[in-house]
Order: sequence, then structure tokens, then C-alpha cells
Amino acid sequence: MKHIISALVQNKPGVLAHVAGMFAARAFNINSLAVGETEDPSLSRMTIVVVGDDRTVEQVRKQLAKIVTIVKVQDFAGQDVVARDLMLISVACSPEKRPEILALIEMFTAKVVDIGPKYVTVEVAGPESKIEAFIEACRPYGIKNMVRTGTIAMARQSRTAGQQDKDAE
Amino acid sequence: MQFPTACGGRPVAPPLPTLPGSQSIVNILLEHGVDTVFGYLGAAVLPLFDRFRDLSWTSSLDMISPSQEIIMSKNKVKNEQTCKPGSQIVVDILQEENVEVLFGYLGGVVLPLFDKLYDAPIKFIIPRHEQGGCHMADAYARATGKVGVVIATSGPGATNLVTGIANAMMDSVPMVAITGQVRTELIGNDSFQEADTTGITRPITKHNMIIKNPLELPQALREAFYIARTGRPGPVLIDLPVDMQLAQIPVSSPTPIELPGFRNRTRGHARQISMAAQAINEAERPVLYVGGGIIISNASEELRTFAQKANIPVTMTLLGLGAYDQNRPESLDMLGMHGTAYANYAVQNCDLLIAVGSRFDDRVTGKVKTFAPHAKIIHVDLDPSSISKNVAVDIPVVGDAKEVLAAMTEEVEHRPRDTWFKQIAEWKAKYPLRYDRDARTLKPQYVIEEVWRQTKGEATIVTGVGQHQMWTAQFYKFSRARQFITSGGLGTMGFGLPAAIGAQIARPGETVIDIDGDSSFNMTLTELSTAVQYNLPIKVCILNNGYMGMVRQWQELFYGKRYSCSSLQNPDFANLARAFGAVGYTVDKKEDAAGVIEKMLRETRPCVVDFHVDREENVWPMVPAGKALHEMDGLNLFEIA
Repeated sequence: MKHIISALVQNKPGVLAHVAGMFAARAFNINSLAVGETEDPSLSRMTIVVVGDDRTVEQVRKQLAKIVTIVKVQDFAGQDVVARDLMLISVACSPEKRPEILALIEMFTAKVVDIGPKYVTVEVAGPESKIEAFIEACRPYGIKNMVRTGTIAMARQSRTAGQQDKDAE
Repeated sequence: MQFPTACGGRPVAPPLPTLPGSQSIVNILLEHGVDTVFGYLGAAVLPLFDRFRDLSWTSSLDMISPSQEIIMSKNKVKNEQTCKPGSQIVVDILQEENVEVLFGYLGGVVLPLFDKLYDAPIKFIIPRHEQGGCHMADAYARATGKVGVVIATSGPGATNLVTGIANAMMDSVPMVAITGQVRTELIGNDSFQEADTTGITRPITKHNMIIKNPLELPQALREAFYIARTGRPGPVLIDLPVDMQLAQIPVSSPTPIELPGFRNRTRGHARQISMAAQAINEAERPVLYVGGGIIISNASEELRTFAQKANIPVTMTLLGLGAYDQNRPESLDMLGMHGTAYANYAVQNCDLLIAVGSRFDDRVTGKVKTFAPHAKIIHVDLDPSSISKNVAVDIPVVGDAKEVLAAMTEEVEHRPRDTWFKQIAEWKAKYPLRYDRDARTLKPQYVIEEVWRQTKGEATIVTGVGQHQMWTAQFYKFSRARQFITSGGLGTMGFGLPAAIGAQIARPGETVIDIDGDSSFNMTLTELSTAVQYNLPIKVCILNNGYMGMVRQWQELFYGKRYSCSSLQNPDFANLARAFGAVGYTVDKKEDAAGVIEKMLRETRPCVVDFHVDREENVWPMVPAGKALHEMDGLNLFEIA
């Protein structure tokens, strides 16, 4: 099962290496890992997506918590969360295919960020399922290049807000 | 080309010939024209060494004794009113942390530090190799419970610490390692004697850090000591570029250490403790399975009170030996791969297993699925990540062994459990630890029993790793915590001699004996010269069988007696000891052993006794890797008709 783990860490050199090294040394698999500063510049947030049974993920959580520079670890499994990915994708786009592709971009509420004679580069943000769907939709045209940030996530404040968010998706 | 066809007429590729991975590796080496291989055996590379036997290759021992190039550096820093050079700050903080002994080796980028140590009232022990220094600090920490401190220079100095640090990490030993580093502006340039020390040691330290801002130095060093000894102890490495040692740093007094997220729950959860106590009161066949955690938390007293009040037999892991007096009838001695039959049977038949400060290592559990199959399991440990890591636990209690045992003692009741103790007494009578006591040859177990008898079971014992270590664990009966110092988790051959030095420094005037194997001793014997220099009356008993004994035992049992690369040509250890300035004896005959041990114990100089023991003696009983704990081999040798 896929778990989203959120770790609040000290914003110090070596912390990322420590986390990545721990995953490798203990043979845990990382699906994605995203890091960035938080509102407090002394702290960073790592969002790690791992796949494993409950026992493995429990070990991941405990081993993360054991790293001295990690402040807090949270497993979002079973919680209502907002989870988002960001992707940049270059799709083959000859002038005659342009209207078709632009319509697709519209449908996914994605954004064109660069356009050339042969390719269009699109920015897509949203839940992972949406990103995956967009990739599949682009595949027939030919994907030149793509880059993804990995999932970032936050627990929802309220259920009603969650419902609105789902509608927006 | 036409392949033969199978049903349906589809062409089928001929099956590819398959080779064991070990043979493929050998073939590839041959393809590349390799004619010499350097290396050392261990269980995990036995298949590979088995292949080497058929080739006329030489194997060679890798003994390194690097001579450090010492670069004189100019240390022109003058004391300011409120500032001191970083090197002086380090020395001040070492004193503030009550460090009495340092172990370490010099080198170019730690010279400022050593210059300040020249005037400091701290004893300094210089090993002959950084690995030795690290094991000395490790054993010193195990003997005293204090933080062991080791210092090494950058590059090769730091990489030579790696084995010692990993050893301390696996056995939860509090240690601070200070390494020099090249000047900050040279870092990353492949400078002379530069290595990415924090990168290399990250997975083998509890925590490590490199100081790049001199203002952070004082607090970082204080944190290093705090982290090393707090919670589950472990090694902390602090990498100190030479310019940090020379920088003028304002003098600061210690402030309380606050590390966000670094919390240690020492008091067990009251509800979990009650649940555990209830399970204990209901149990008919309980067993206490205790490990090094008891020794680390100084909980022997609490363990004894608890076990005696609740009336529960106690078995110990290798690192737990000494936690419970083995002379008491409720001691089941060691369990596991080479544990006693009665301990292993007790675990396999118990209805409640109470694990305290132990971590269900594979050498303890055997095949995990069949471990303690009828038991409910209580696990008391300070480190939450140890709980349910290898074995699923029914009642976890996160907390310090000392506090949790004391709390559980309040809630448990005395139960007679006569049937259970009668069963255990039967196992003990039927399967005691045995060897051929009537043999006319010199048996290694006999040497250990004789050492035990003559020291009245009171000596501090250290070991290397291998057969001699297991025999020591089996035949020396330990009665107090910190009496037995051995490399458990990492299984580091060569630990014995430097560990004896560290333990002797921790316990001046007491008898410290290294029971060692010839191969283990060979790995770090250069430290004999350290023992002589500091006039340490350590005793080394080499149980010399001319083999890497445990490897040979595995080859005998699992590789059809093909003794690939496992026998060594040894020096004359007694003469070697004399060359070092120590005392040396050789014992060939059983009847000479007792007399020489007597002489050895009276020696006031370092003393090495080379016992030429039975070459092909095996350690029994043995649970082969991957078998259940009750599936012990060699038991028929022990049965009493």
C-alpha cells in the first residue's frame, strides 16, 4: 500500500543525505521525495511516498524518527489529506495537431508554459491520478521530456473544505 | 539455426547452462586475468572462497599499519580576553564532560588539538592503528558506562576508525569520535588526506556533523556528548576542519541542550506495564530473555528483584551476559545459535517471552517464523524501532529497562511454577554444556574453564570473534554486569586485544583477560606495543588452532570439509610477545596449562599465552542458519545416558 509520510526536519546540511542513506541501507523503497523550506526557515518539510506493507511502513516511520535531525514524522495513511504533484511535460505538437492538444490542456486545467515549432511544454498540477491521466492522454502524440516534483501533502483542516477541494478536482 | 520444437511447434531455446553465482564471479575474475586475490573469510563469502580452493591462487591477510605523515603546522593563535582557539575550546569541553582518558592517533590536521592536549590533565593513549584506538575507547565505555572518546586525523585516520565506529553502533556503545578535516576552503578539492568523513560514517553513527562555522563548535561538541549517552547510546562523530581548531572562538558556558524531536521515553506507559504484569501473572511457563540493554541501563539489580519476585528463569544474549548472575539456579545462560540447549528449549516451549533490552537478532531467533511458537511476547526497549522489527510483539513497552522493570516488579505476584522449573531442571540435567573432559589433548574449553576456576569467576573478560568467543560465552560463568566485553552485533575479529587495553585502563589493578583466537589476534596484534608502552598488565590467552576456527567449522559442516583458505601460518606468538617487550608462554600439553595460567595471572607486565589447542574442535550445540531454535546440531554429544 502507498503511504504518504511527512517529516519535519531541521534545515541543516546532510539531513537529506541521512534520510536517503537510511532508506537505501534498510532496503526501503522511495516512490518520490519532495523537500522544501517551511514557514520557519530553521525547518524543512520532506514529503516521502513509500510503498510497503504496514509493518514496513511502521519501520520506515520509526527509523525516520530516530534520525537526530528529524523533528517530527507523520504517516498520512487513513487521514484526509490534500496531496498534489506538479509536472512539466513537453509534448510533440505539430501546427496541425495544436488545436487538439490545446483542447486537452484546457480539459485538464493545465497551462502552456512554452511553445516551439515542434513541441509544447505544459505545466500540470493536481493529484497524482490527474497527472497520470494527462501523461496517458499525451502519449499518443509523443512525449519528448517530462519532469515531476513528487507528491507534497497536507492534512485537511475540515471535511467540508475537503469536499470543495474534491469538487475542484 | 533450427531449435528443437516443443508442443505447438513453437521453437524453444535450449536451456541456458546455470552456474552458482560464486563460480560466475570466479570466471569473470579469470577472464580479466586476475591471478591474485586479497581478502579475508567470513560466513557471507564462504561460497566464493569455496570456489577459490580449486585454483592455485594465493590468499593473503590484509594487515595494515600505516605510518601517518605528520605535517607540522604553525599554531600562532594568541589567547584573547574572551576568546580561545577552537582546539582549546575542545579540550575545555572534554574536561567539562569529565573525560579522563582519550584514545587517538596524530596527524596533520589534528596537530592544533594535540598541542592543547599537551598541557591538559587528560590521559592520552596512542594506539598503533586508529582502529585499535577506537576499540579501546569502545571497551573503556563498556567497562565504565562513560562516553569513550577517540581522536583521529582526516582521510586515512578517519577511514581507519570506520570498523570501530560501526562496532560501537551495532552494540549501542556511547562514543564520541573527533576527526580532523582539511581546511574548509580545501574541502571537496580532493586535497591531501581528504575524505568525506561525515558521508562515510553517516550510516554507522547515531549522529554526525561537520563544523564549518567556528561559532557552532562549542554547542556541537556538547551536543555530541549528550546524544552519544542519551537514550539508546551510540557513536557520534564530529568532523573538525583544521581552521576551526585555529579560529578564535568566544568562550561560552554550557547551556541546556535542546534538540527538537530528540525525545526519549524512559518511563514505560502505565497501561502497557499493567498489561505486561497481568500477562506475567497469568503465565505458566514464562522466560525472561534479556540483552545488552540491561547492562547499558545498569538494571541488573532491578532484573534480579523482578525475576526473583515473579519467579521466572532468565536467559541472556551474548551482550547480555553478566546482566544476571549465572551461578544462580534460575539462570539459563546464553540462548541462540550457540546457546545452551536448556535456554533454547525453554524459549521454544514457553507461553510468555519477556524480552528486555534485547533486539531479536537473527543469531538469537534462528528461523523467525518458528521462534517461540507458543509464546505471547512482551518487549521492553528504549528504542521504539527495535520493537516489532524482526518479530511481531504482543505487548510493547517503550521505556528504560531499569524504570520499567522496577514498575513491573510492583505489579507482579510470585507464582510457584513448579512444573515449569522441574521441566527446566530436567533439560539442564540432560543437556549441560559439555566437551570431552577426559581427552588427553588440550581442549580450548578446558583452558577457559581453568581460567574461570583460577580467577574465581571474577576477572574482566574480553574476546575476539569466532569459536573462542562462543566457548568463552559458554564456559566462563559471569556474575556481574560489564564483566564480559565482546563484539556482538558487528562480529569484529581483532576486537580482543585493543578492547583488553581499553578495559584495563578503565580498571587499573584488576585482572583483565583477552581470550582470543589466533586469527582474531593476528588482526590487531600490533597493539601489544601499546600495552607495553603504557605498562598495562593485560593477559592474552590465544586459543590457537591454526585456523579461522568458526569459518573452518562452517566449511566442515556445510562445505564438505573443503578448508578453502581458512588455515593460517602463524608466528611464534610467545616469541613475538617477547619482541614487543611483553611476556610470552607457549602451552602444548594439557598438563602444563593450569601451571602456566597461574604464572600468567601473577605477571605484572602484558602477557601472552599461546595455547596450541585441538585443531578441529567444534562449538556445540549449534543451530544452523535458517533452522528453528530447537533444531540444534551436536546435541547427541551432550546427552547423558
